Amino acid sequence: MGRKLLLENAHIEGIHTYEVYRKHGGYRSVEKALKTMSPDAIVEEVKKSGLRGRGGAGFPTGMKWSFLAKPEGVPRYLLCNADESEPGTFKDRFLMEKIPHLLIEGMIVSSFALGANTSYIYIRGEYSWVVFILEKAIAEAYAKGWLGKNILGTGYDLDLYVNPGAGAYICGEETALIESLEGKRGNPRVKPPFPAVKGLWQAPTVVNNVETIAAVVPIINEGGEEYAKIGIGRSTGTKLISAGGNINKPGVYEIDLGLPMEEFLYSDEWCGGIKNGKRLKACVPGGSSVPILPHFLVCKTATGEDRLMSYESLSDGGFATGSMLGSGGFIVYDEDQCIVRNTWNFTRFYHHESCGQCSPCREGTGWMEKVLWRLENGQGKLSDIDLLVDVAKKIEGNTICPLGDAAAWPVAAAIRHFREEFEWHVNEPKACMERNYGLVKEPVAVV
Amino acid sequence: MPKVKIDGFEVEVPEGTTILNAARQIGGDIVPPAMCYYSTLKGSGGKCRTCLVKVTKGSEKDPRPMPKLVASCQTQIMDGMEVANITSDEVQNARKGVVEFLLLNHPLDCPICDQAGECHLQDLSFEHGMANTRYEFERRTFEKIDIGAYIKLHMTRCILCYRCVYTAQQLTPERVHGVVGRGDHAEISTFIEKAIDNEFSGNVIDVCPVGALTDRTFRFKSRVWFLNPMDAHRDCPTCSGKAVVWMYGHEIFRVTARKDQFGEVKDFICNTCRFETKKTSDWTVEGPRAIDRQSVIAQNHYTADVSTVR
Repeated sequence: MGRKLLLENAHIEGIHTYEVYRKHGGYRSVEKALKTMSPDAIVEEVKKSGLRGRGGAGFPTGMKWSFLAKPEGVPRYLLCNADESEPGTFKDRFLMEKIPHLLIEGMIVSSFALGANTSYIYIRGEYSWVVFILEKAIAEAYAKGWLGKNILGTGYDLDLYVNPGAGAYICGEETALIESLEGKRGNPRVKPPFPAVKGLWQAPTVVNNVETIAAVVPIINEGGEEYAKIGIGRSTGTKLISAGGNINKPGVYEIDLGLPMEEFLYSDEWCGGIKNGKRLKACVPGGSSVPILPHFLVCKTATGEDRLMSYESLSDGGFATGSMLGSGGFIVYDEDQCIVRNTWNFTRFYHHESCGQCSPCREGTGWMEKVLWRLENGQGKLSDIDLLVDVAKKIEGNTICPLGDAAAWPVAAAIRHFREEFEWHVNEPKACMERNYGLVKEPVAVV
Repeated sequence: MPKVKIDGFEVEVPEGTTILNAARQIGGDIVPPAMCYYSTLKGSGGKCRTCLVKVTKGSEKDPRPMPKLVASCQTQIMDGMEVANITSDEVQNARKGVVEFLLLNHPLDCPICDQAGECHLQDLSFEHGMANTRYEFERRTFEKIDIGAYIKLHMTRCILCYRCVYTAQQLTPERVHGVVGRGDHAEISTFIEKAIDNEFSGNVIDVCPVGALTDRTFRFKSRVWFLNPMDAHRDCPTCSGKAVVWMYGHEIFRVTARKDQFGEVKDFICNTCRFETKKTSDWTVEGPRAIDRQSVIAQNHYTADVSTVR
């Protein structure tokens, strides 16, 4: 088993309370950072660690931090993106539920490194109970002097707030998150200017994922170089993977990046293989927006090398034969699952969550959903398949924010790898209805 | 001043100019169409994606091309930038896609729509659209809403360009937003209905690129191409009083603000001028107004070769 950096103490009884957390070495990094390190040294340490954003895009965190504009007399903000709404991803919830103090500790160190005196945790509205857990933990931290004025007598002030959203996937996009936090409608902004220059209330802002901020704690405790030793190549450190679908042991796992996919999927230590002794059909390795991988590309890349759980190996072969690590929402499908139905379900989600600013995404997602629904219910035509490819291509890359891409990629990838199944849905509607729904004998009418 | 090359035409523009505005300085058919950008409205643009262009050379310093198509109304020029609009098949294809998306839920009720003849979407689909639709589902519909006594909102036709939202917002400072719902079920709605209470509210009709917002004092009175647009002015205590009156014989059918060649209003007019001053004796008519934009009411537009129309 790999080393656990984030979830090491997650199983300890009462770790969500300050006393237990502190007894197990909590807030050491704050003491170290605030008393012995300069903000620039912390940024340097994070750069050395090679930590990459854990929210999906995988942008190097140290670089992001060093891009932050630092004009005189303008406040800076650190926002924690806890708006985890990607279907298949639930790692941040686990982290915040179990060890809220780890996030708070990371927030203090990161805010100090960026020179932010006010920081926000923007949390998804559906995580209503987590808000209370976090607020309780923040109150404890205030009471013990880890937050507020003059932390540890170093003269550094920090106020930390939790701000629940209203439950929109789009608010996980950093500029939409900023808009929402400002009290406006959560529409992504046109970039540039980037948040690092003009973010929250037109001030320089850094938005980081929960896991990224939590990972700063072990980096400061053990040093960036030590952290960079874990992992492989440019994928350093550990990553939380939320494994779900048809596997024997679904759950949140902390893995060393670079773990072979085969080991992760089949070893009893991790997912424990496919449920009910069935065969693997496909796998979505990074949350719903990344391209799906067919069974023959899951454990091996197209060139025959072992597929590893790392940013590089998963995107090996581009979108033709690869995928992305994304946010680590690992969804496994066994031989009985229907890819058309799954694609329709994903597209339904993107249709519902599109903010409606850009025309391609607003109209295109709804169109794809309707066509997929028709295919799924045996009313489709063979031309629909090419139509979907074309629509996906026209959405991709033509929108303000990546939601358009995220909606187009799964559809394009599903058709790329599972065209036969789509055609089967057209040619044998009854057979596919029987497989998917069992009882339905006649194709249901399109709603 | 930085130089930028658009489809081979070079132009020198001040720092901070957008590609669209640089193209407008060159003029002609290399100007990307814009459905949501409106130069006088702060914050508009970036949404409709019809103005997508390809940046084939980033700048003199960094000649790499930009990886994706960019919205020309939002992207600022750099010195030595090279942009392809009508010379790039990729751009033309993307634009064709965007037009298809815009028309997806549009009712195409041009024969009964008051905007027909001066509609930006009509022009756009004439130039970039397909002759048929690939969409085989029921289109999104909404109930019509009256915004006060003068304005009718017909959401079914709306393309969610947000121009009216920005207009209303920038005329009435207390208002924040006028879109409810999300995605393709988003609508310009009740907030506007309740909140538009302003002497200049009629301007939302002029900024609307489609027939979603229409003048209730003019609805179904006449087709716009039967009317003669005349520049006219009057001594108005509220606004500049410079307007266009649309006449049939000696009768004024409607009053609008003066639009430039890109369909944009520079001098907004007040509701009194627009809705209540329709006697010929109220106005000093200056002379016929040239309508520059390509559309049915632009003179001689359809005398061009129509054999290419499919």
